[in-house]
Amino acid sequence: MAIDTLKCVGCSDCVVACQTENNVPIGYCRDWIVEVTDGTYPNLTLENRSERCCHCSNAPCVRCCPTGASHKTEEGVVLVTHSDCIGCAACITSCPYDARYTHPEGYVDKCTFCYHRLADGLLPACVSVCPTKCMYFGDIDNPESTISEVLKNRKWKLLIPEAGTDPKLYFLI
Amino acid sequence: MQRREFLKISSLGIGGLALSGTLLYEFFNSANEDSDGELKRFPTYCEICFWQCAGWTHLDKDKKIWKIIGNDDDPHSNGRLCPRGTGGIGSYYDKDRLKKPLIRINDRGKQSFREASWEEAFDLIAKKMKEISAKYGPESMALFHHGSGGKYFTNLLKAFGSDNIAKPSFAQCMGPREVAYAATFGTGLSSPEPLDIRDTKCLVLIGSHLGENMHNAQVQEMSDAIDKGASIITVDPRFSTAASKSKFWLPIKPATDIALLLSWINVIIANEWYDKEFVELNCEGFDQLKQHVESFTPEWAFGITTIEPDVIVKTAKAMHDASPAVIIHPGRHTTWYGDDTQRLRAVAILNALLGSWGKRGGFFIPDKASIPHHHLPAYPKPAWTWKDTVDGKYNLVDLGLANVLVDTSIPKKTGDNSKVIKGWFVVGTNLINTLPNTTHTLKAIQNLDLIVAVDTMPMEITGWADVILPECTYLERYDSIRVSQNREGNIALRMPATKPLYDTKPAWWMARELGIRLGLKEYFPFKTQEEELDWELTQIGSSLKEMKQLGVKKIPTPDHNLYIPKGETIEFNTNSGKIELYSSAIDEEGFPAMPVYTKHPEPEDGFYRLIYGRAPMHTFSRTANNPNLTDLMDENTVWINPKIANLWDLKENQYIKLKNQDGIISTFSIKVRVTERIRIDSVYMVHGFGHADKKLTQAYGRGASDTEMITNVLIDPIMGGTGMRGNFVTFITETV
Repeated sequence: MAIDTLKCVGCSDCVVACQTENNVPIGYCRDWIVEVTDGTYPNLTLENRSERCCHCSNAPCVRCCPTGASHKTEEGVVLVTHSDCIGCAACITSCPYDARYTHPEGYVDKCTFCYHRLADGLLPACVSVCPTKCMYFGDIDNPESTISEVLKNRKWKLLIPEAGTDPKLYFLI
Repeated sequence: MQRREFLKISSLGIGGLALSGTLLYEFFNSANEDSDGELKRFPTYCEICFWQCAGWTHLDKDKKIWKIIGNDDDPHSNGRLCPRGTGGIGSYYDKDRLKKPLIRINDRGKQSFREASWEEAFDLIAKKMKEISAKYGPESMALFHHGSGGKYFTNLLKAFGSDNIAKPSFAQCMGPREVAYAATFGTGLSSPEPLDIRDTKCLVLIGSHLGENMHNAQVQEMSDAIDKGASIITVDPRFSTAASKSKFWLPIKPATDIALLLSWINVIIANEWYDKEFVELNCEGFDQLKQHVESFTPEWAFGITTIEPDVIVKTAKAMHDASPAVIIHPGRHTTWYGDDTQRLRAVAILNALLGSWGKRGGFFIPDKASIPHHHLPAYPKPAWTWKDTVDGKYNLVDLGLANVLVDTSIPKKTGDNSKVIKGWFVVGTNLINTLPNTTHTLKAIQNLDLIVAVDTMPMEITGWADVILPECTYLERYDSIRVSQNREGNIALRMPATKPLYDTKPAWWMARELGIRLGLKEYFPFKTQEEELDWELTQIGSSLKEMKQLGVKKIPTPDHNLYIPKGETIEFNTNSGKIELYSSAIDEEGFPAMPVYTKHPEPEDGFYRLIYGRAPMHTFSRTANNPNLTDLMDENTVWINPKIANLWDLKENQYIKLKNQDGIISTFSIKVRVTERIRIDSVYMVHGFGHADKKLTQAYGRGASDTEMITNVLIDPIMGGTGMRGNFVTFITETV
């Protein structure tokens, strides 16, 4: 997934769309907005980012999970099988992006890229609701995909690349 | 599967066969029904703000409301609701909703009510209305309204014999803009504004913070314009989200916008950067304007606005380079300093000079569908209206002024008191937080014989009501067909996705029941709203059945021209039939025919100008208790520049109270946000917080109310709007 920070207005629509689509209880979230201001008045910059699980290739949450509840699908999506999760929170501690939370029902929950929607040919809820269309989602291994095209033509950055987790959430700058 | 994708796939399946009309109708008919013939999703249009985006309400497997998704065919949303629309389900699930009709049992404002049956509530209201009518005349009943329910009560009041009807969205919001554009182009802009943002090459925002105000399609199109490399110029004392997306941010000194606008006009005329052909063909008063702005040089404006002369010239050039695909955004909430009609006139004049009216990338000529209403008997002619109480002022206004209705509710100490308002219907608007100067509003309320509030939520205003009528939310009711202007005429249906929770009812039904009790049944010819909707839709060749399948239907006017062809002209509805750079209508009213800059008072030492605005996840004070939306933002903060915070030794997240120039202290504390994004002479807060009604368990006491701080109200002499940016606050830092 790629997020165009030049278009994102930080409105939080992605957050509430995710909450309703996935029945995330109020008070918790799988995605969130970060706003970074830099400079002094009137020489300022502002960056809005919609953040979530980076679905890292080298995912520490998957490696440290004692039960295998945290796993990676063949498409590269990191998921948690709720019924296998014992709520030990090792994954929460290992995640450099703080992308996971413990659901009130005891298991760990996180962004799934709306895996249930992908099977029906639908985009993740956050992508399909975004009023600024600042999010791109697709197969980065396919050079023909829109997202590959966007990443080829635009400048982008990763968050905390030094963690070495090979994140798959790109921020267009 | 989304319909678009389904369409794509199914047309592939047909293998290139053209879909016949019948086939297409059957396809649509089946698209929204499951095998049992039940609707799969329920069409609606949003009520969380005035943009009224159309969408679909989805139920979960237990038939409970699950989510609301935008309708792909809707030009207001293009299938993408904003956070408030997506979080609209919270208005249904809010546990603090009004649940039963309530009748007051104690003094006004004490919030003591008892539950009542609908019959008892209606009988009481009808009895009081008849008493008021017998004693003072039917004109003494007034209506304040916002949102869909207003129409039905407007019908009731007019049938009853009163035209004292107002929407705060006029005199407290877009009124100056509408009057200014009518004076210049012969028409107000209405909603959604006909701005061709997606194709613009230059978008100029003056205090308009798109992206923080989620005027959905406009935010979407601004994003498209960014993609296409449009220049955005933002004029704002605050580094708004829009400012951060802009090529030029002009951090103007507040209250000096007219000086900047006049100097832009000066530069554009002096450099011959205006659209000569367009001006010659369409505009009246160019020579007077040229002479008028001669002295308003960028150097003159620099001394007033703090914007460097070369920036003024550069930005004027950027507008010229983009012309006619340029939009000086007319804004929406425009009641700022009391000279607002003149400021918006300057904006309108700039647009005219740059030839953007009726041009791609400028202002398009909107198309609108029309739906006939069932014939009603003529309304009785009221003996007087609010216009007879303002000494011949505000002749350019044809909509009610909410603040004047309030004034008319306070009997004069001396003189003629025959025209006085004694009863209020307040439908869907929390007047206490909507109108500036709360004390004045409360004084009016104390003089009333009857106040009826219609709302879904307990709000400050319902606490003052004699009778509260609990409305069901928009997800539980039908409403009138949405008919709005756009690039193509279109209509949208709202229907219930589920039965109303509690003992709540649609406003349509309430108005009719009251009408029957007042002997006005002939003004309410339909027994159910479904019958009425079906009758109206049938007149235009559709039906309620069809609209349940479609949600939104495009009804374009054949051969409608979105743009004025180059070199051609159209008739404008002004006195001269042309675009009036020199406004004869404003001149006739005795005001300057061309905008002038007036210096406004500045904050005294230790005070800061109070600027307020919007957050993308909230609408006014209406959403402050919505559980989904308060989860995103549950209080407002006061933005303070670090230099000022340092001076006052204020720390990030510290709670303080605000005190304004009139000594009014905020009821609640507000959290400090220390940020470089605000000028040192101003503070900023999001409007709509600081609720004082304990029945709002989420919102009570969260943040501070800007309305409470707005006691200096600057009335626009041309149209009577209430300018609200002439207030200054200081900080009370001791623990309170």
